[in-house]
Amino acid sequence: MTSRPSDDRAVAAPAAAGRGAVLAWQIAVGVVVLAAWQTLVSLKILDAFFVSRPSDILQRVARWVVSGTLWGHLAVTLEESLLGLLVGAALGISLGFVLGRSAFLAQVLDPYIKMLNAVPRVVLAPLFLLWFGLGIWSKVALAVTLVFFVMFFNTFQGVRDADRVLIDNVRMLGATERQLVRHVLVPSALTWIFSSLQTSLGFAMVGAVVGEYLGATRGLGYVISQAEGTFDTTGVFAGMTVLGIVVVIVSAAVTRLERWLLRWKPE
Amino acid sequence: MSRALELDRVSREFASPDGRVYRALEEISLSVPSGAFVAIVGPSGCGKSTLLNIAAGLLPPSSGAVRVAGEPLAGLNRQATYMFQQDALLPWKTVRDNVALGLVLGGAPRGEAQAKADAWIARVGLAGFASHYPAQLSGGMRKRVAMAQNWILDRGIVLMDEPFSALDVHTRQRMESELLALWEARQADVAREAPRKTVVFVTHDLEEAIALADDVVILSAGPAARVVAQHHVALERPRDLLELRTQPAFVDLYRGVWAVLREEVIKSQRGAA
Repeated sequence: MTSRPSDDRAVAAPAAAGRGAVLAWQIAVGVVVLAAWQTLVSLKILDAFFVSRPSDILQRVARWVVSGTLWGHLAVTLEESLLGLLVGAALGISLGFVLGRSAFLAQVLDPYIKMLNAVPRVVLAPLFLLWFGLGIWSKVALAVTLVFFVMFFNTFQGVRDADRVLIDNVRMLGATERQLVRHVLVPSALTWIFSSLQTSLGFAMVGAVVGEYLGATRGLGYVISQAEGTFDTTGVFAGMTVLGIVVVIVSAAVTRLERWLLRWKPE
Repeated sequence: MSRALELDRVSREFASPDGRVYRALEEISLSVPSGAFVAIVGPSGCGKSTLLNIAAGLLPPSSGAVRVAGEPLAGLNRQATYMFQQDALLPWKTVRDNVALGLVLGGAPRGEAQAKADAWIARVGLAGFASHYPAQLSGGMRKRVAMAQNWILDRGIVLMDEPFSALDVHTRQRMESELLALWEARQADVAREAPRKTVVFVTHDLEEAIALADDVVILSAGPAARVVAQHHVALERPRDLLELRTQPAFVDLYRGVWAVLREEVIKSQRGAA
């Protein structure tokens, strides 16, 4: 009998070497693209008025950071995203559970859920502005409409897909209906929910930024829309750059969280 | 001697997708004395698992009656544990939490349940693996955990559905020996008034059935499987499974029972072809 850790070490060594090479290539790709962009603009092949240039964009981001104007907008966007994620998850998971346990209700509501999910979220934004005002809640609502469906479908699937043998085993071991939900159905659904955390978080941020873009007084979406209003392409790209960096950082954090929560899973 | 489990003319039908009725079991009667080790053997597809599910109360019979310790069975069989053919451990719980699960579900305090679980983990030879997850264990080790998960509960009947069929031959023989050791250890406890458990062990392997059981029940090929024969295995206990299979008494018994089972296997193969 060998325990697994010794096997893992054998696999981990080449994987670590691979990870270094991947990182080097990732940086190389970024540098090449930025250098090409910068060069094409310098040679006047591309017009800086339309596409700005990397050096200007970096300067703009640096100025935002130094002057501190960036942090307030970023905080608002993150707050809206997080609230959207929490509310959307709570609603989606609850409904996913109810419909996962009741095949009848699931069939009755199926066409309505499909219909609502097909609505393009951008057309909802003006309605939400009307209902919830210019503040953060209209953006939270938009994020919720995106997160809700991801969470709902994953929870539903997770509850439905719970292994029959696991359920029978736990029932034979003496589980009541409530214990069955707690020890089998919830963990089974959580596997699906955690796996969709990455997608949900991305959607929450898209919802928040689109909401800000269409009508707000603060937030990254607002910054980008202001810049567009004055044909300030540097400002637009700077806003997009900040957004991109934030997404990469947050998603790295989510990946670590996910790995910890699903640590029982075989690789 | 009292009867731990009785099936009285139990039949079971299923509706097939095309609307016809498929009869899996046909008037099966079976009486298992308390403390006996009974093996049920039959060709694959004869409804052995269906029979066990009915005994467990997971599936109601279409007709006939199930009695547990003389009482008619309603709902799940609370005096039995069930070891499944497939992996049935919760993958998100550690070995310790899996073994302790039955006790926790029954309302035992967590600390007490875990202490008992640790003792059982050691007993099935997995000391040091209590914090591992099932996916980190080999197939044989997972079966040991499943055994501990079942045997930790104080229930008189143990139902086992081809529990070792997925294992390689050597691991399988080891697990069989350990199962007998566990069961016979209960026998030694008689003085302390802990009666031996009743085991109903389903398998398609006649050798395994004879090696382990007091009685071997042969089911006919499906559909409409019935009991064809019942043989008593008069081999001494404790048995040494590594030596047993070459002993003349074992070989004679095997030949006799195989003559009956062979007919059913041929029928099932003809039916499948």
